[in-house]
Amino acid sequence: MVSRPAGEGSALQVRGVGKTFAAADGSSVLALDRISLDVAPGELVSLIGPSGCGKSTLLRLIAGLDPPSAGELRVGGEVITGPSAERGLMFQDPTLFPWLTVRGNIASGLVARGVFRRRRHEVDDFLQLIGLEAFADVYPHQLSGGMAQRAALARALINHPRVLLLDEPLGALDQFTRMRMQDELLRVWQTRGTTLLLVTHDIDEAIYVSDRIAIMTPRPGRIERVIEVSLDRPRRRNDPRFLRFRSEILEVLHFTGGPE
Amino acid sequence: MASNTVEPPAPAAVPVAVRHGGPTLRPVGAVLSPAVAAIAALVVHRYLPDEQLPPLTWVDALPAWQHPYPAVLGFILAVSLVLAAVQAVWPYPRQWVRHTAPLVAAATGVVCLWDLVTLKLNWMSQPFFPGPDEVFGGILDDRKILLESAWHSLRLLLTGYAVGVTAGLVTGVLVGWFPRVRYWAMPALKVVGPIPATALIPLVMTLWKDSFFCAVALIGFAVWFPMTILTSSGISNVRVAYLDVARTLGAGRLYLIFRVAIPAALPHIFIGLFMGLGASFLVLVVAESVGVQAGLGWYVKWQQGYLEYAKVYGALIITAVFFSTIMTLLFTFRDRVLKWQKGVIKW
Repeated sequence: MVSRPAGEGSALQVRGVGKTFAAADGSSVLALDRISLDVAPGELVSLIGPSGCGKSTLLRLIAGLDPPSAGELRVGGEVITGPSAERGLMFQDPTLFPWLTVRGNIASGLVARGVFRRRRHEVDDFLQLIGLEAFADVYPHQLSGGMAQRAALARALINHPRVLLLDEPLGALDQFTRMRMQDELLRVWQTRGTTLLLVTHDIDEAIYVSDRIAIMTPRPGRIERVIEVSLDRPRRRNDPRFLRFRSEILEVLHFTGGPE
Repeated sequence: MASNTVEPPAPAAVPVAVRHGGPTLRPVGAVLSPAVAAIAALVVHRYLPDEQLPPLTWVDALPAWQHPYPAVLGFILAVSLVLAAVQAVWPYPRQWVRHTAPLVAAATGVVCLWDLVTLKLNWMSQPFFPGPDEVFGGILDDRKILLESAWHSLRLLLTGYAVGVTAGLVTGVLVGWFPRVRYWAMPALKVVGPIPATALIPLVMTLWKDSFFCAVALIGFAVWFPMTILTSSGISNVRVAYLDVARTLGAGRLYLIFRVAIPAALPHIFIGLFMGLGASFLVLVVAESVGVQAGLGWYVKWQQGYLEYAKVYGALIITAVFFSTIMTLLFTFRDRVLKWQKGVIKW
């Protein structure tokens, strides 16, 4: 197993962040409007909302792949200026490097930071963590969707990121694989204590895994409300109390149905 | 024709026949087809009267069975019989033998046809179309100088190709990765690149005195252009998501270029390698026949000057074998390097 004490997560602060994009016709589009969000170390927060609400944009800002147009983002008190191995990122598409085997993909974070020689043994730990030991030397095109996503998770985890950013990581999986992966994600999160930010459009997934859920609305992207999922862990998928959170989220998003 | 009597096996029929115990007639026919074709070609060559009168050479002093063409047919006959016997008892080469045998039979049939229309029927004008016996004799005759020529061609080709590939990789990566380099270099590439390398022969020959060096420069230029274009397009079309992921894994610029962009561009780069190789063959032969006084291209030109068409064709056969061997090696290399995308590319 991965030998690292729980609690490696950092606090994340998003203060008044805005993001504008230039449209093709020269006008500018406000994608994110004054977003503020505080995430405690080791907390699991979901961002949920319809498409176009800017949740992926926000994740890219936190990853440091794009700069914000306004406001400030901090991780562990430090302002984010660019991408870093401290913040792991995982997309809906596993985006494994097709020219590397599963082992090579998982090791790529170590190679990129020049620490592969010293820490190569960790690759096997992570292969074991995600249960892909038997597929270590297989190329990504030979993997199923769930296996590829597990490999991508291990690759994102190998650098022991203080914040893990997941952009609809389970969106492309079938229902059963997705539920299994949710449990796996929770197991990894609980053993490692990483701060975890999960973008999803699956309301049940958000309720099942999150400490808190930030509900976002589009045009411009805003955090409309943050609700606390006050259920003990481990949670049960058929817990009737899910319904309360579910209807609250639907209400905020105006999806309760019936005539307007 | 001998090759018409044999049907090539349907690919699926072979394993099925094996699985149901005992070879059926079709694999047997396939495996024995080269022997049948060789015997037929030998019969045609031995018993049909000659219409064409070949020029007398040292070959004609030999007894009939020692002539090069019957000797080659005899070799095909012997080898195919041995392989037929081997595959009957040893399963390892069976698939390959059954796959290859009909092709060898067909090739033998084509050569037999060639023998018919030249030596036997004299349908082709003389002295431009000698028969197989003379051509094979020509190869045998000049084997030493042909080997030397092939060696010289190989040296020139590999040097020029290596220069072109290296230069093309460097410029391709620079143009593909750095937008500023692309801005300045692209227009120049579009003007200079499409110039046929052979059109530069006068320029190159005034620039440098050494003909080997000139030829290397020409081949290098011909390889460099497709390599540059395809490498740069491969690099600039790398999926942004790969680069994003790599950056969140802590990758610096060197990692992004050498461990993400270049591997991702490899399928493109290999297309450039193949295009460059084709171009290098062309330039090699032209360069050898105008400036460099050695190599296969020079040999062809030289023999043509003496109206030795048998030797011209002999050299063409050697050239074809030489080039296709190099091409096959590149295919093998590509399959090894790109095994991660096996099943994705088919060409």
